[in-house]
Parts: sequence; structure tokens; C-alpha cells
Amino acid sequence: MLNNQGRPTHAGEATAEPHRTFTSNRALQMEEALIFEIGRPDVTGVDIDEPAAFSPRLGGLERAAAIGLPGLSEPEAMRHYVRLSQKNYSIDGGLYPLGSCTMKHNPRLNERMARLPGFADVHPLQPQSTVQGALDLIDELARWLVEITGMESVAMSPKAGAHGEACGIMAIRAAIEASGEAATRRIVLVPESAHGTNPATAALVGFEVRTVPAGPDGKVHADAVRPLLGPDVAAIMLTNPNTCGLFESEIVEIARLVHEAGAYFYCDGANLNAIMGKARPGDLGVDAMHINLHKTFSTPHGGGGPGAGPVVLSKRLAAFAPVPFVTRDGDARRLVEDADGTQAFGRMTTFHGQMGMFVRALSFALSHGGDGLRQASEDAVLSANYVRACLGDLMSLPFGDRPCMHEVLFDDAWLKDTGVSTLDFAKAMIDEGYHPMTVYFPLVVHGAMLIEPTESESKASLDLFIATLRDLAFSVKNGDRDRFSGAPYHAPRRRLDETRAARNPVLRWTAPKLAEKAVAAE
Amino acid sequence: MRYLPLTGEDRGLMLRRIGAAGVDDLFADIPADKLLRAQLDLPSSKSELEVERLLSRMAGRNTPAGSVPFFVGCGAYRHHVPASVDHLIQRSEFLTSYTPYQPEIAQGTLHYLFEFQTQVAALTAMDVANASMYDGSTGCGEAVLMAHRITRRRKAVLSGGLHPHYAEVVRTLSRMADDQIVDMPADPLASEDLIAAIGDDVSCVVVQSPDVFGNLRDLTPIAEACHKRGALLIAVFTEAVSLGLVKPPGEMGADIVVGEGQSIGNALSFGGPYVGLFATRQKYVRQMPGRLCGETVDAEGRRGFVLTLSTREQHIRRDKATSNICTNSGLCALAFTIHMTLLGETGLRRLARVNHAHAVKLADMLGGVQGVSVVNASFFNEFTIRVNGDAAAAVEKMAAKGVLGGVPVSRLLPRGAGVRNLIVVANTEINTDEDRAAFVAALTSSL
Repeated sequence: MLNNQGRPTHAGEATAEPHRTFTSNRALQMEEALIFEIGRPDVTGVDIDEPAAFSPRLGGLERAAAIGLPGLSEPEAMRHYVRLSQKNYSIDGGLYPLGSCTMKHNPRLNERMARLPGFADVHPLQPQSTVQGALDLIDELARWLVEITGMESVAMSPKAGAHGEACGIMAIRAAIEASGEAATRRIVLVPESAHGTNPATAALVGFEVRTVPAGPDGKVHADAVRPLLGPDVAAIMLTNPNTCGLFESEIVEIARLVHEAGAYFYCDGANLNAIMGKARPGDLGVDAMHINLHKTFSTPHGGGGPGAGPVVLSKRLAAFAPVPFVTRDGDARRLVEDADGTQAFGRMTTFHGQMGMFVRALSFALSHGGDGLRQASEDAVLSANYVRACLGDLMSLPFGDRPCMHEVLFDDAWLKDTGVSTLDFAKAMIDEGYHPMTVYFPLVVHGAMLIEPTESESKASLDLFIATLRDLAFSVKNGDRDRFSGAPYHAPRRRLDETRAARNPVLRWTAPKLAEKAVAAE
Repeated sequence: MRYLPLTGEDRGLMLRRIGAAGVDDLFADIPADKLLRAQLDLPSSKSELEVERLLSRMAGRNTPAGSVPFFVGCGAYRHHVPASVDHLIQRSEFLTSYTPYQPEIAQGTLHYLFEFQTQVAALTAMDVANASMYDGSTGCGEAVLMAHRITRRRKAVLSGGLHPHYAEVVRTLSRMADDQIVDMPADPLASEDLIAAIGDDVSCVVVQSPDVFGNLRDLTPIAEACHKRGALLIAVFTEAVSLGLVKPPGEMGADIVVGEGQSIGNALSFGGPYVGLFATRQKYVRQMPGRLCGETVDAEGRRGFVLTLSTREQHIRRDKATSNICTNSGLCALAFTIHMTLLGETGLRRLARVNHAHAVKLADMLGGVQGVSVVNASFFNEFTIRVNGDAAAAVEKMAAKGVLGGVPVSRLLPRGAGVRNLIVVANTEINTDEDRAAFVAALTSSL
């Protein structure tokens, strides 16, 4: 109970305009300058002793001119970055319903484990005899991924989802080359609902992209795939569960057709979080699939990376996996780093993959166990369906009121003629303390709003989120356009001018004097 | 399970609200014969304590760099990282946020990315830098593709001083895209004639400095030769600290600069995650891969930052995108930028001088060992020694004596000619006089 004796506890009159402040700060929300405006080149936050006199061996290639790097003392640096952090939304701070991104809880145990000196402080080129535990960890995580997906093996080195896609498609290309069909099999089929990375990857690996239309129910149908298949097709790239949040129910038939045509089935595993312990891609006919450890296995997104994208492979593709990979020699683990003498298609990255992410992912997997992973998938799907059931009467479901997987897709049909767009609605969510859902993706529905609550939310949290969205939806229907058109009102920044940023790109700080000269010259 | 907040009662209420009899009703789209009935063949859930025990046991079977005299480099370097760096990157708002697609509530990330881009541009003496790549080698591969787009040619010349793993990544990517590669032979003495290899069909020359053997290379004549032939110079580095002391590629005519940023702010972590640095000239900015952060204003006219020029990227351009990249290396870029801010110009220059001074000291000590000679004429904090006998065996023997004494070149080039007796040795500010003495003793007794 709050002791309200002797002092007023009411908040006073609300004012329409926030009080202006001298500093432009708003209490805990601090304005912060750039390090180039507050730092000085002669200040340093790291104490280092000058070396004793010596004669350099730089071959005359010494750096002479000033570099242009400001320094901050430790307290200044601490304050700068803490203040910056306070301008970010985070999963620790609130529900983050970004569809297809799987923003689930990031356990801190994983951080502690990744920082054990035996993992964090080992060099990738130390003698293998000194890193047996690290190799063992990679091998153990591989075992989990293979069992969860029902595949033959896994290539661990790809550094992110799109990098994993490239790895899988390269393995397919290597297999096609090995069978002497490289000249004829030039086409990769990609549904229009796919992530943009899919067609970009196929193009990167030298294939031509052909689009598969989605059915009116948001799914890819065997009948749509069949006429596109032929001796010129190398692979199909399907996301399952797909980006509309639906399980591709004809996937087994599609896989059969693809294999019959001599092509390979790449599955985008971005949405694996829906089906762990419920269905295995290997049983569905998948030949290659990347796993986003930063989605399904809770490694932190870190404001846009680092990710990790191991690729599970079928028997037909396993031999083509890139170096390096771990093998077993009796009890010992051995790292194969040389592609020569193997069928490996090459190398994806400097070293062995995202070890720091492997530790976190294994820590997550061990904590859950097989039973917990299955429960996590069930809870993720249950939560998405709960949101669907509680909002379906107000917001429009493009494919009807039917069960979804771990994310639920709404379109903007219900916003028609209200003057409120999907973007406006998303920005109004910010004022309510929520990160918006994924908007305008997938492209196959108009004004998409893709909500993925994940398994990390309590029922109370889901209920408040639903109540908030219902309140916003009522505002839309009541014509309260102000709540949306100018939103967000309460975020550290109002809406930002992205057109201006793209038209005249300012991609770095420039000293004011130089900037003035540049303006004068124009 | 401690990470799952829903109770059995919650689940029942939610199912009822949905109108489902059981959770498997929600999985009805999975073909019935493919729905898993049995449990996965995996252990069941574990407490935090149990997981800690298991993983600590695995970690305990490795030899941490900090526990022994340590001289391993070749693309990843052990430096001292201030405690505040790791504290700051673990703040929830940095660690557990997504890509800043909603800029109004992601100004923290965007603000530091703008600072990061400026720091990288300054460090390399280039006009602009992107918001980071996966690592140095993938950045190198992307740089070659970018050069091909700009020049409309499809042949890259790779220097024999380029890290062999970087070369392999480029080769893999090029083979898949049906592009051509000219591989120069391994070049420990930095004596190759790259200029003679630049024909009119060459899109770019890829040169590393300090190179994988530690040699510093003057890029100016190569850049001039490239530009005369309409080709681009791609400059590579794997040790970012070197740029505190060594003439930057931007001052030597490089068109694209890619590098590994791990050595500032980031742990060795057995090879990843790291952070790729990528910089170029203003005129090529629209051909750049990866994310870019730009300055703008908000509806009230206040400065703010957004991701920009996204029309280059896969989520807009799909198969016509400049790259398939979606993720960058945000948190590692944050560690880099915090460490760089703490160092500042003064700290970075001093750190670089200490590294070089230590390496010079070690080179002189090793040069005095019977049967050992230093190959390099110039170097920063890493150099190559030639030993009597098999280098890989010597490195193994040293490890058995508790000294991690460098990388045998044969590990990177298993079939390289004339490299079997070469070891690449790195020496940073972490190495003490005792470490160096232990190294010399271990090497002497391992030959």
C-alpha cells in the first residue's frame, strides 16, 4: 500500500502538450549526441603504457594523418551507451510479436555458458588436441538438430539464415553437377509468399527464379507445382510452415513430385518453432533446410545479428556439405578443414561457424529437453491461435477462420475506408508499449499484419495484448483517426522521414566545418 | 519447464476459447501419418544447475588462450577487451532487440550503427561503410561480387598473400556464380607480381595487408595499375588494430575495403560470431551489400536514424538484390564500436604501437634461435618463421608443453608448395616477457 498521508499522490491535470524542457530530455528519456560531438581524440578510456623505444619494421608504411576517432573516458562511454540502450524496445522489456522472426525469451544461462573461457577464449586454429570439448559441443548440437528434423546430417558453418540458404542451394548445385545435369537444371521454383532471401539466394548461386503462385487458401498446391516441373528444374524452395502461418498440407505430395522430376526440395526453416517434436522435415521429403538458431533456439537477435544458420541435409546431399565439419575418430573428434579428397562443395566462412551461438543453442536445447521443445512448439501454436480466436471478430483473416501454426496473419480488409493504414495501426501499437507485428509481409495479402506471440508469453500478457489490440480496433471503427495518423506520440522519436534518408543519403558523421564547405560548394 | 509461462489450466482455458478439443486439433494440417506420436529420442528437460555442469565439463576439456602463453593469429586475435564492453552489450535493450525496422523504438541500435559506420570509414580512410557483414571472409566474397557488378566483368585476381580461407570462400562463391578466379601461388615473401596479372578482363584484384604471413604491402602501385585497366582494388585486412599504425587502404587507392573486426571488442569464441567490416567510395554506395544506416529527421524535426537504401536489398528486390544478406552482426558491431570509442584515436594508436613493439621483440628473440629464421621484411603484430623440420609437428609438441605457439601454414594450405616448415606467429599486448621466453624455450626444444 502506498502511504499517502501528508503528501498528494494524484498526478495532477493532464496537459495536451508535454512541457518543453531546457535539455529536450523527458525525464528518463535522454537526448544523446554522437560520439563525434562529445568525444575528443586525446581522451581514452583504456590505460595502455607506451612501449619502450624500438625500431619499427613497417616497411615505410606508417600511418601519418589523423584517423578521426574520438575517445571517451569510461564513465562517459558507459553513460553514452546506457542512454542509447534506453531508446530501444526489447523482448526483455515487452511482448515482441514480430511474425516470422520468433522473438522468444533469451535465457541468461545461455549467455553465461557462452562466456565460459573454454568456449569464449579458444582460438579456431589452436591444435585440435586442445579443443576436443569445443568439437564435442558442435557434434552434440548437430546430433540434436538432426534428431529434431529427422535428417541425415547437418552443415554447421553458415552464419545466418540467408547464409544457410546459400549453403543448401550450393549443396544442391554440387549434387546436380555431380550427376552431370548442371547445364540443364537451371531453374529454382520459389512461391510468391517466400522470404525475399529465397529468390536472392537462388540468383546468387546462379539459378534462374520462377515463381509459384499461392492458392486462394494461402498455401502452395501440388497442382500449381506440377506444370512447372521438368528436366530444367533444379529445386523448389518452400517455407514450411509457410509465411502465412499455415502448414503446407500438400508438402508430402509436392516433395514426391519434385523428386520424381529429379529435382531437390529446399525448405526454409524459419518457422521450425511451430513443429518441434510434432513433425520432422525429414519425414516430409525435405532435402535441405536451414535452422535459424537465433529464432527457434533463442540465441539473442542482438539488434540484427549475429545469427546462425546450420543446414540439415538429406542422404542425397549430405556428402556435399562444405568444410569444415566435425567427424569422430573413436572417442576423439576431428575437424576436417580440407575439401580435397571429399565431395564438399567448398567453404562458406573463415572458420567453423558461430560457436558462441552453438553454445547458447545447446544450452537452450538441453534445458528444454525433447519434451520441453515439443511443449514449446505446442505453446507457441496455442498462443497464436488464441490471439486469432480473440481478434478474428474485429480484424480480418485473409484465409478464413481456421487454425494457424505459430503465427497468425491478418490483412487490411477491415481497415478499408477507415483512413487508417496497416502502418498507422502498427505505429499506434508503439504508443501502447508494444513492438508492432511484422507488417506488409508476406506480400501475398494486402497490408499484412503477421503476429507471432511465441511460447514465452503468459496468458495474462497475451490477454493484455489482445485487449489493447481490441481497443485500438474499436478506435479505428469509431473514426478516432488522430490516435493513428500521428502515432507514435510517446516514443523517443516521432515518425522518421525515410524518403529523405534515401534521397540524400547521409551515412556517416562529417565534421561541421567540412559539411559547411560542402554546402557552400553546391 | 522454467521458460514456459503457460500452466496446464491456462492451456485448457485457451483451447476452450479457440474451440479446440485438444492441442493436436491445431496441428490438423500435418498429414496424419506424419504427425509424430512418439517423443523425440532426446534427453528430457534439465535444471539450470544440470546444464551448467554438463557444459562446464565440455568447456573444461579445451585449453583457453588466457591459460597459456598464446601466439595464435591468422585471422583471429586475442586482445584485452575492457570489462565495460561485455557489460554494455548484455544490456537487455541491445541484446534482445530485433533488427531496427521500427526506427522510432530502435534509435539506440541505429544511433550506434551510424557511429560504427563512421568509425569504420575513418579507420579504413574510405568514404562510407555499411552496418557490418557476417565476418571478413564473407565480406570479401561480397566485395568481389560488388566489383563484378560495377565493372561488368567477371574475373577476380586473388593475391597469394590472401588468407587461404578467404580465398576459398571467394572461390566457392565464384564457382557457384560461374565467375572466374585467377589464384596467385602462396606468397610468404610478398614477392608476387600482381600487376602483370591485371588484364583488360579483370574486374578486381584482392590483396590483403598485413597479409596472411604478416607482411605489409604497399597497395598504391597495385591500385594505380588496376585503375589503368578499369579494374578495382579490393583491400583486405584481418587485424583491425593494425590500422592504428599502418597506412590505411583508403590512402593507397583501394576501391573497396573489407576486413575482420573481431580483434576489437570481440572474443575469439572458436571462430564466431565475428563482425565483417565493409567500406567503399561514395560513388559505389548503391552497389554495396548489407544494411546501411542513414541520418534523417522525425515529424518534429529532430535528428534520428533509419535503415536506408533498402531498395538494394533482398526483401524489396528479391532475385535482383545486390546480395541475399538479411542478418548482419549487430551485437559484435556494438562491441567493436564501444571498444573503439573507449580507445579513441590516442588509445588505438598506442595499442597498435605496443603490439608492434612486442612483435618486433619476439621476432628478434626467435631470429636468435638455432634453426629458426624470420621470413618477413615488414610486419605489424604477426610474422612468419621458417623452422628446421615439420612446422605442424613442432606446433603440436609446443602444445604438449603448454604453449600455443602459432599456426603451421600447412594447416591453411595442406598442399601448398614450400610451406611445410612455416609457422605464423602473432604477438599482441596480452603477451608478457615471460610468455615470450616460454615460447622461445618451447620452440627450441620442439625442433
